[in-house]
Amino acid sequence: MGKRVAIVGFGQTYQRSSRKDVNGPELINEAVRTALEDAGLTIKDIDAIVIGNMDHFEGVNYVDSWSVEGSGGVMKPIFKLTTGGTTGSTVAMAGYYHVASGIFDRVLAIGWEKNSESDTTGAIVTAFNPVWERPRFGGAIAGLAVEASKYMHNYNVTERDGARVAVRERLHALNNPYSHLHQEWMKSMEIEQIVDLLVSSEENQMLAYPLRMSDMCPRTDGAAAVIFASEDIAEKIAPRPAWVVSTHNRHNYSLLGDIDWDNNDTLEGASKAVFKDAGIKEPLKEIDVCELYLPYSYAGLKWMESIGFCGPGEGPKLVWDGVTDMDGELPVNPSGGVMSSNPIGATALLRVGEGALQVMGKAKDRQVKGGDVNYAFTTGFGGCNWADVMLLGKKKPS
Amino acid sequence: MTQNSEQQELLTVNSGEAFQPFNWSVGKYGSKFLAEIRDNQRFIGIKCSKCGRVYVPPRKICGRCYVEMDEFVPVSTEGEIGVCAIIQFGFIDPSTGHQEPVPYGYAFIKLDGADTYLPYYIDSTDPEKVKVGARVKAVFEEKRSGTMLDIKHFVLID
Repeated sequence: MGKRVAIVGFGQTYQRSSRKDVNGPELINEAVRTALEDAGLTIKDIDAIVIGNMDHFEGVNYVDSWSVEGSGGVMKPIFKLTTGGTTGSTVAMAGYYHVASGIFDRVLAIGWEKNSESDTTGAIVTAFNPVWERPRFGGAIAGLAVEASKYMHNYNVTERDGARVAVRERLHALNNPYSHLHQEWMKSMEIEQIVDLLVSSEENQMLAYPLRMSDMCPRTDGAAAVIFASEDIAEKIAPRPAWVVSTHNRHNYSLLGDIDWDNNDTLEGASKAVFKDAGIKEPLKEIDVCELYLPYSYAGLKWMESIGFCGPGEGPKLVWDGVTDMDGELPVNPSGGVMSSNPIGATALLRVGEGALQVMGKAKDRQVKGGDVNYAFTTGFGGCNWADVMLLGKKKPS
Repeated sequence: MTQNSEQQELLTVNSGEAFQPFNWSVGKYGSKFLAEIRDNQRFIGIKCSKCGRVYVPPRKICGRCYVEMDEFVPVSTEGEIGVCAIIQFGFIDPSTGHQEPVPYGYAFIKLDGADTYLPYYIDSTDPEKVKVGARVKAVFEEKRSGTMLDIKHFVLID
């Protein structure tokens, strides 16, 4: 049995559409410095580094090598990971494994991306099979639009249901100064009014039915850094660390045509495994807050069902009832989530870091449950429906 | 940092007209599939001896059973739309460097006799009819060279 592991520090940059003021290593360094400061550590305290992004997005490979000044990794062990949308959650899982193995005590996990430096859709298309799936596969938007088509068909879900999720995410983002999108105009309107406006506005361009601009995540520049520490020292570094209760990931097939489009079975499989480890029987009641990798609005309906927060087709009711709003029983994405900020290699690590902030009671204006969070549930999602899940908790796991 | 330096212009450099061609191996089974389209305007799948699942395009290993497959089976050029979308945003296809003309219909099609979906273009002249469950049929190009683009698109039938 390995060591128990906790998150003791988190740092992020301001996520913005374009950060021309910094290059890659400088952007990475902003997040690393903030995380070290949060934990009260110096770079000398860090034993090993795990770093990731989608290197072909920026057209520059080997981030583990060329970013060492920014990551603080000179003459340290460094592992690089590139797993698409899940890159951030995969570096978190790898950071956890590094410490849980007992080999390292303090490990820095870094995710970053400068989407402004690439054609993101063109870059995403290169992640798919060149013989069978290109060229008709139009990147993330098309891949997600087809999923929505089946979900809508199965349960008579409407565009208003999708828009309701988008509104929640963007309203929550207003509490998060680091978030990329801040749609201040939403403040003065009722939720129903905003939903009606989004589904009827001609300015809200239809990208691929049923997905409009407002249903999709943005392209963002940004970085995040999370520090994992072993049980021997975690409580000395942070008085109230966020313990990693359990983490799992699942992959299914390599070709999108093999996927079961009625369910997100990797997310379901990874979630079930985590809940089993934690002894959680009723996720909706027992989880206090979620930071979910929801790259588009309909994921906030269908994937809630895959995780097990409600039954098939019940996602829309859950969301309309306000259960997932800031003051609901299960607040989802107090940070504003992926739909408000999407620096791809950092995106899933932001979920982990924001979840940790909630457990540590350090989430400021976006803190839920008055800071009394027992369990925070975080996820990562990759293009061919693979999923990473990490459950963070207040109590040291037994 | 002075006020002046705060306001200095922030420069970026561009990669220019760089391009890098790739050659992707299709493999024995994939080659057979593409050759069948090129020469006979037909589709073939491959059947797992353990679970009976028919995969299109054919590949060697059944992911579920982890057994090697070798039983090729014919599948229809007709099938049903499983999931679909009509793409209305332009993007550069990185395989060709060209802008994809939009709008275009796109669907995952379950060919009769197959258990997996084939992703391809759908003729979206009548976008209202591009729906989950709609029946479609493959239309092939006159001149075929052994790539997926030998399929012009799928058209709605019935």
